[in-house]
Amino acid sequence: MCALKTFKLGGVHPPENKHSADRPIEVFPIPKQVVIPVNQNLGAPSSPLIKKGDMVTAGQLIAKGEAFISSNVHSSVSGKVLKIDNMMDQTGYKRMAVVINVEGDEWDGSIDKSDDLKEQITLSREEIIKKIHEMGIVGLGGAAFPSHVKLMIPEGKTAEYLLINGVECEPYLTADHRLMLEKGKQILIGAKILMKGLGVDKAIIGIENNKPDAIKHITELAKEFDDIKVQALKVKYPQGGEKQLIKAAVKREVPSGKLPIEVGCVVNNVGTAFAVYEAVQKNKPLIERVVTVTGKTVKEPSNFLVRIGTPLNELIEKSGGDKEATGKVVSGGPMMGKALNSVDVPVVKGTSGVLLFKEDESVRVEMKHCIRCGRCIQVCPMGLEPVLLTQLSERGRWEEAEQEMVMDCIECGSCHYTCPSGRPLLDFLRLGKAKVGQLIRNRGKK
Amino acid sequence: MNMLTISGSPHVHDDSTVKKLMYGVVIAMIPAMLVSFYFFGLGAVKVTLIAVISCLFFEWFIQKYILKVPVTINDGSALITGILLAFNVPSNLPVWIIIIGAFVSIAIAKMSFGGLGKNPFNPALVGRVFLLISFPVQMTSWPVAVPLFGEALTDAITGPTTLGFVKESLKSGMTVAEAMAEAPSYMQEFLGFQGGSLGEVSAIALIIGGLYMLFRKIITWHIPVAYIGSVVIFTGILWFVNPQQYLDPVFHLITGGMLLGIFFMATDLVTSPINTRGMLIFGAGAGILTIIIRIWGAYPEGVSFAILIMNAFVPLINRGIKPKRFGEKIVNNK
Amino acid sequence: MFLLLHTCFKQESDGSVLTNIKENKEVNDVLIFAVVSLSAIGVSAAVILYVVAQKFKVIEDPRIDIVEEELPAANCGGCGFPGCRNFAEALVKKASNDNSIEGLNCPVGGSDVMSKVAGILGLEASEQDPLIAVIRCNGSRKNAPKKVNYNGPSSCAFAHALSSGENGCPYGCLGLGDCVVACDFDAIHMDPDTALPVVNNKCVACGACVVACPRDIIELRLKGKKEKRIFVSCINQEKGGPARKNCSVACIGCGKCVQVCPFDAITLENNLAYIDYEKCKLCRKCVPVCPTEAIHEINFPPKKPKPEVKAVQEVKVEKKTGDEEVKKLVPVTEKKEPPAPETDTEKKKIKSNI
Repeated sequence: MCALKTFKLGGVHPPENKHSADRPIEVFPIPKQVVIPVNQNLGAPSSPLIKKGDMVTAGQLIAKGEAFISSNVHSSVSGKVLKIDNMMDQTGYKRMAVVINVEGDEWDGSIDKSDDLKEQITLSREEIIKKIHEMGIVGLGGAAFPSHVKLMIPEGKTAEYLLINGVECEPYLTADHRLMLEKGKQILIGAKILMKGLGVDKAIIGIENNKPDAIKHITELAKEFDDIKVQALKVKYPQGGEKQLIKAAVKREVPSGKLPIEVGCVVNNVGTAFAVYEAVQKNKPLIERVVTVTGKTVKEPSNFLVRIGTPLNELIEKSGGDKEATGKVVSGGPMMGKALNSVDVPVVKGTSGVLLFKEDESVRVEMKHCIRCGRCIQVCPMGLEPVLLTQLSERGRWEEAEQEMVMDCIECGSCHYTCPSGRPLLDFLRLGKAKVGQLIRNRGKK
Repeated sequence: MNMLTISGSPHVHDDSTVKKLMYGVVIAMIPAMLVSFYFFGLGAVKVTLIAVISCLFFEWFIQKYILKVPVTINDGSALITGILLAFNVPSNLPVWIIIIGAFVSIAIAKMSFGGLGKNPFNPALVGRVFLLISFPVQMTSWPVAVPLFGEALTDAITGPTTLGFVKESLKSGMTVAEAMAEAPSYMQEFLGFQGGSLGEVSAIALIIGGLYMLFRKIITWHIPVAYIGSVVIFTGILWFVNPQQYLDPVFHLITGGMLLGIFFMATDLVTSPINTRGMLIFGAGAGILTIIIRIWGAYPEGVSFAILIMNAFVPLINRGIKPKRFGEKIVNNK
Repeated sequence: MFLLLHTCFKQESDGSVLTNIKENKEVNDVLIFAVVSLSAIGVSAAVILYVVAQKFKVIEDPRIDIVEEELPAANCGGCGFPGCRNFAEALVKKASNDNSIEGLNCPVGGSDVMSKVAGILGLEASEQDPLIAVIRCNGSRKNAPKKVNYNGPSSCAFAHALSSGENGCPYGCLGLGDCVVACDFDAIHMDPDTALPVVNNKCVACGACVVACPRDIIELRLKGKKEKRIFVSCINQEKGGPARKNCSVACIGCGKCVQVCPFDAITLENNLAYIDYEKCKLCRKCVPVCPTEAIHEINFPPKKPKPEVKAVQEVKVEKKTGDEEVKKLVPVTEKKEPPAPETDTEKKKIKSNI
């Protein structure tokens, strides 16, 4: 293990609160009904292939992604399609989803359900990419970007490093941590597959220092592979951000507005590596994932292996969430997660955790005047000026906001987290990003 | 199930508040305050109390009856202004002058711009400079420091500050060595055994306060380091060229309001630049201006003027100087 | 130079000094030098200014200034141009190119200003009926109760991106007042009881609120005769069930109003009825048939419930007499329609008298 590394610019240290770190992953019972949104990833929606009344098996393709950035969706259970309708998803809006009534647990014949470890990688590079596309693998860190797109390196660029993101810098969440402890070998094989898919010969697994057991475990396992290195990282939020991880691990800075491939890096989450292993070696599509259910009002913070489409409500009930004391339910971590309108929404591919807040925790601190202390600037990992961008955004001066590089914001929330006046900096930054993004797209059209 | 709350991320907040920051500064000022009580006795207590009470009163009155906004006198900012104002005046200042100073600080320099966070100039400094120009006699007759259980250095009741005294001596044609012979020793100056305004006499107390604020992360190191650095370099060069005529850097640092200005007034969150690159420029500029005023200006002391002048440049610095962007300098890719 | 003049002036006021100066040749020289140099500077500056003005002369239609004077000078942008000056330029350009100013309209000044402008440009103004902003949502706190707390900045644009809103309706008003901020005419305010915006008569239909609303709830509609307006106060495109779940006064797309409308003014699309304000003759037949009271009538004299039912029955009878007849009678009914409410009020008056 070499010296601890981290990124330089900005960053904060929110309390970790990893209550569920020593809870092994538990297989969550199959629910009676699942709701599978047809668009779970970044990019274009997929079109459903089945109709009302059809019988499906677990692992069957139910919606096909046809656009370049889109992903296939598979049924996570076996049963009968009740309806295809607009259902409330985690955004609070209604989007098209397939509702399936569960009958038994019948799997698609081609899936290898055994626990046997399969180390030999037999597929070629193109076959790997095709397989990942077919199996509907998306980035499981939260953004849910289709993984096969990441593997297709644009012409003129070469990948040098594969970075596996085991940082899990969000407080509370422990899904990746547990996965590394329990499925370390599979993750490493998944990393090997991704390396083959990318055509790179160096991989680095970045893990933050608050998970010494995972660092030790993975380092031990990685001894077998001389091209995979484990890099321990100093604890600092938002180290799990793609650009921050690259900076920390290989000391390169992705230029503004560019993808990591610009500096020869591709970043994948440990959860994605595991899903890739299952897809390529076991022929199993992405139909379940590890979800952390935690928070101060949860009796038994747990890590569950959950089928996609399971209602969050059931997860909360199983882990003993006290609904009466809860004032806010967040999908994801406390820094970047999304507050939910209702708990009757399904788990999707990008759901890394469900976080319950006590009522007094769920309201923001009182907002006061900006005192121009500049803390938001000091903690911004992208070197932006949130205070200035917020003012521009409040006044609708989008062109100036664009010049001040509002599009570089990674929405990590460090500025809002640290603001002594409790100003909603990130809210306005998001608004600014959306408006400036629109401006840029309109410009492209003209 | 309860009614859920929705809001944008992040859903957690660290425990820093404006109030905590402000009271942190107040705590940092306590050592210097105690030193002033020790050397100037009841006069210092009286000046401090009157300045604080009148600042709080003006802020309360203006917010409640003129602006008709929620009263925020307990956020600590008016308290800081009051203490800083007291730190900047001699301990025998008449009560009515202190009240005028508090009025100028709060009503004109702060509330007329909209209150905390919107004032371009440090309120306490505006108050001090107003008093210095309006009542020069009262503002520049400092009582001699008399320790609580000890004796004064001289028999006089009032006298100039060390800085003013040495500058006058130099002007009258003395060399540095001759002028310094009559001044308090460095050690006395360092501890605070010298004439001057309440808060500026003791270098050690101010340094303790400054370090406390750095430790609590109320201020960053940028402004103090740039300020001290530019003062040391500038005076160091002059001293090196002609030690007979120019004073050494250490003297400049520990006399007058230098350290008070560096730690408590230049670093004022509201009136200093918002990013660290700007802070460095701000600190260096204030340092150079201070020394220019001290050596060639009419007043013996230049800290307040230098900081106020740099305050005026802050919007320009904020506009022109951008922080280091991520990916700004493309690191060698090989 | 100022100093010199100053001293001269000062000295003149004092006679004794003046005599001294006259004796002093040197001062006389200075005075002459000053006068000569000042005149020289003045003349050369005039020449330079003249040359520059000629060189960079911009030939502008003088009518632009005259037209601009007629405009309200609010620079609201309601006409689609950045300001009144630009609009005046566009008007003059269009008038000289196409010999008409059709398609250009100042919503703030209305037909008064446009006819004056047309007069200046030697044209006839096309009559444009005044418009007003209409809030097409009635999801007040009572009709659409809060399901979640929104805890964030007071910005509809942000809240819209964050989630479907406090009452859960993905089409409804978020009640955070972006339209109020956008209005330059003090014409729109939030009603604290309903948490919905209310438009008052100061509205000039500049359209700033329409642009500001992230959900396109506000529409510019015909102000109507005596400010009478009928519109569907809902833009929810969900099916009846889900729409009613969030809001008791949502349009459920039942289509009853479409059937009852004698003028084909109502269309039903995506589970939502829409009244075309140009076709609508304000007959009020659609209002009572709406099961969710989503159709609003404004500035009509109130009716008592019983005669209302009768009126509906009469309508149905009328309709049964044959669609063609009704259609032919359109202009006639239009003229007949306004008295109808009056008769109602008369009835009411009588009743109240009794």
